[in-house]
Amino acid sequence: MVAYIIRRLFGAVLTLLIVSMITFGIFYLVPRWAGGTANDLASRYVGRTANPEQVAEAAHGLGLDKPFFVQYWDWLQAIFVGRDFAFGATQAHCPAPCLGYSFIGRNPVLPDILDRLPVTASLAFGAAIIWVIFGVATGVVSALKRGSIFDRAAMGIALGGVSLPIFWTGLVSLVIFSYTLHWTKPGGAYTPIEQNPGEWAYSLLLPWITLALLFSAAYARLTRAGMLETMGEDYIRTARAKGLRERTVVTKHGLRAALTPIATIFGLDVGLLMGGAVLTESTFSLPGIGKYAIDAINANDMPKVMGFVIFAAGFVVIANLIVDVVYAVIDPRVRLA
Amino acid sequence: MKRRLVTGVAVGVAAALALAACGGGGTDSNTDSSTGGTAVAAFDAANGKVFNPSEKKGGTLKMAISSDWDSVDPGDTYYGLSWNLARLYTRSLTMFKVGPGKTSSELTGDLAEGLGTPSDGGKTWTYKLRQGLKYEDGTAITSKDVEYAVSRSLEKATLVNGPTYFNDFLDLKGYKGPYSSKGQDNPAIDTPDDRTIVFHLNKPFGGFDYFAQIPATAPVPAAKDTGAKYKEHVVSSGPYKFESYEAGKGFKLVRNDQWDQSTDPNRKALPDGYDVTIGANADDIDNQIIDGSLDVDIAGTGVQPAALSRVLGQPDIKERADNPLSARLNYTSINPNVPALKNIECRKAVEYAADRTTYQTAYGGPQAGGEIATGLLPPQIPGFQKLDVWSAGADNKGDLDKAKAALQACGSPNGFETNIAYRAERPKEKATAEALQQSLARVGIKLTLKPFPTGDYFALYAGKPSYRNTNNLGLMVNSWGADWNDGFGFLSQIVDGRVIRDTGGSSNLSVNIPEVNSMVDQAIAETDTAKRDALWGQIDKRVMEEAVILPGVWAKQVTVRSKNTTNVFVNDAYGQYDYLSMGVQ
Repeated sequence: MVAYIIRRLFGAVLTLLIVSMITFGIFYLVPRWAGGTANDLASRYVGRTANPEQVAEAAHGLGLDKPFFVQYWDWLQAIFVGRDFAFGATQAHCPAPCLGYSFIGRNPVLPDILDRLPVTASLAFGAAIIWVIFGVATGVVSALKRGSIFDRAAMGIALGGVSLPIFWTGLVSLVIFSYTLHWTKPGGAYTPIEQNPGEWAYSLLLPWITLALLFSAAYARLTRAGMLETMGEDYIRTARAKGLRERTVVTKHGLRAALTPIATIFGLDVGLLMGGAVLTESTFSLPGIGKYAIDAINANDMPKVMGFVIFAAGFVVIANLIVDVVYAVIDPRVRLA
Repeated sequence: MKRRLVTGVAVGVAAALALAACGGGGTDSNTDSSTGGTAVAAFDAANGKVFNPSEKKGGTLKMAISSDWDSVDPGDTYYGLSWNLARLYTRSLTMFKVGPGKTSSELTGDLAEGLGTPSDGGKTWTYKLRQGLKYEDGTAITSKDVEYAVSRSLEKATLVNGPTYFNDFLDLKGYKGPYSSKGQDNPAIDTPDDRTIVFHLNKPFGGFDYFAQIPATAPVPAAKDTGAKYKEHVVSSGPYKFESYEAGKGFKLVRNDQWDQSTDPNRKALPDGYDVTIGANADDIDNQIIDGSLDVDIAGTGVQPAALSRVLGQPDIKERADNPLSARLNYTSINPNVPALKNIECRKAVEYAADRTTYQTAYGGPQAGGEIATGLLPPQIPGFQKLDVWSAGADNKGDLDKAKAALQACGSPNGFETNIAYRAERPKEKATAEALQQSLARVGIKLTLKPFPTGDYFALYAGKPSYRNTNNLGLMVNSWGADWNDGFGFLSQIVDGRVIRDTGGSSNLSVNIPEVNSMVDQAIAETDTAKRDALWGQIDKRVMEEAVILPGVWAKQVTVRSKNTTNVFVNDAYGQYDYLSMGVQ
């Protein structure tokens, strides 16, 4: 088990390294292939009034005129030793671990992302709890009462939930619940949990429900399909024949087996969301990592986008690892070797 | 057009001014300049007059914007909304008079007791500071702090965003700023005593009082200056100071108890504080203002298309909306250097044949788009005169008879072919190109649409003389906003032929008339305001006569405010609500 985890950790680091190389290549190498010069890259960071000499000076001060691999190496080693930049006569320092330095905002990227992590984490975990409870429960009941009105209605709603984009459901529910009925907080309302847990939950209620609607729909359909399959297995008949209570049969024998694929996608979904729920955060004006990424892209702030990609990729990789380990716990048939 | 920002660059011959973006005014042709107030809610009630006048202090004004602007550092900002907002926490040497309608077309002293005194034919400008000025920490503000603030704003490698007027016009003698030229004194600025500051220019400039209202003249204590990081801890000289600042997320302003009302005749300082949220969803901002959760969208560029029909369609919301005019001209440059348009008669044909009403529709119609323009200078800029050089007919749909006659005179009675360039990512410019394609086809002028990437439009394509001339870009869709409302701020970068550079980058795509160039020099040096304004008006007319610019619309937008706001009016200097004067109920 330990050896397995260590091996997987190495794999994770290698994955991140490859992701960083590809991303770095997209931002810094592809523009060069397309004929862009170091000065073209630098011109994004020098304001609107700069003359060609000032642009060239900035390109040099920010290290954009170095060969590609040197630039990548500078970026990589900055994670461990930090890095300095020159803006004309003034210096800027990005302390280790330096995941990049925003040339527009003039600050290191990592503290910004960590500052926004609680928002994204609050959103992701709150929504995850709701969608797992509702999604799985609905799926189980639908499977057990297959063909009933509940089943049809639930699956119909689920289909709608999967199909409706969050920027639509989000804005419509804001108009209905916040601005018309005044039941929930308006967009952009976020209270940190350490300030006031009640306000925290209240302010996030609508984003949670909207985001959970999207996911619980998918989970309900998956659970239903999985349950229908397992409940038809021989060992379920055996369990019933043993005289076990129906509840035990359903939860311990049926659901547990059906949960394995759910756990897999759950881990990946949460991992992805932790890397920024871009649409939800933008719709509800939540200052999370996804919003940070969108703002960075709109501002053409490449170091920020680069830092975000690595950070988000890190979460997906970690989520994958956890899922694989948890697999063995849920399903004894899986052996880690 | 989320932000008021024109891409362009500066460093020209006469004046390396970056173009800009900054907002612009708002007196519409249908508003008078009376400064009386009204409490009757109606559409456009806060445009040209004060709606809901109030002296009541207290409350918090809640502001939001969908995307961040350059900086809150007064020495590092070039956004109109930012200059509007900076007056809350900084005081510059001069400022636009605070009031609706034409009030703001005049400048007045802010830190300074009054406007500057020119000497040496406009090459030296002297200002006298008021008595009793203090920073938020209680220390006295002296003329040395203003000198330091202007000097640091010269450091464009560190503070990249602001305009370059001081770099271009001060007689710096090689001085680069307090970071680069450490320990040196700025030779262009003298401070004979703590209340006097003298600027020495490298050439006469009559409108220096406009430079003196740039936020870069707001005092910065040298000991507290942290370069690019100063924006995180701006030291207040105005009625409000920063309580908190979170990069990219927002900030809170609270009262600065060291600010003394008796030193400041221009500010009312009604609210107790301001909550500014940055990065909110643009559609949600409109909804929250309509609902009352927010008070104003500080972008000032009007409601999103999603909310427009609701705002204009529901009487109870429409009566909280206004329709200000910006100092922005959306126009099309006519390139006299392509073979088909070398002859002025062919250019005249374009002017006559263009349907101005479809041009207006392309930008969103009379309310959300703008007023049909007949010249370059927008109506709220001093020196404006109603021109009618190329009449588009009584219905503004173009004068086809005159267009055909011009084509005849040009020697191409059946029309000609050329290309029209526009920025691909701008739907309104695409719609403009299509509208012109249709209306010019009526007289046989065939246009081929040529979209270009927005970011490189001026640097590599339309803005580069070699490219536009060899690729037959006869027409180029363009747009321009003034740094401030005067002829220099609006015209110098788009009509002075000497700002055109072979390397590209200038927003002037078609105007290079030697006579206009010398008229510009004359206007820049003129220190008499009335004479100077009249000169800029003449320049406008002269450029129009050359038929190298097809004016489209003077931009307008539909803006909405919450029902909680008091003392609301559009400040023409910014083309936005006056953030300094607004209060809450």
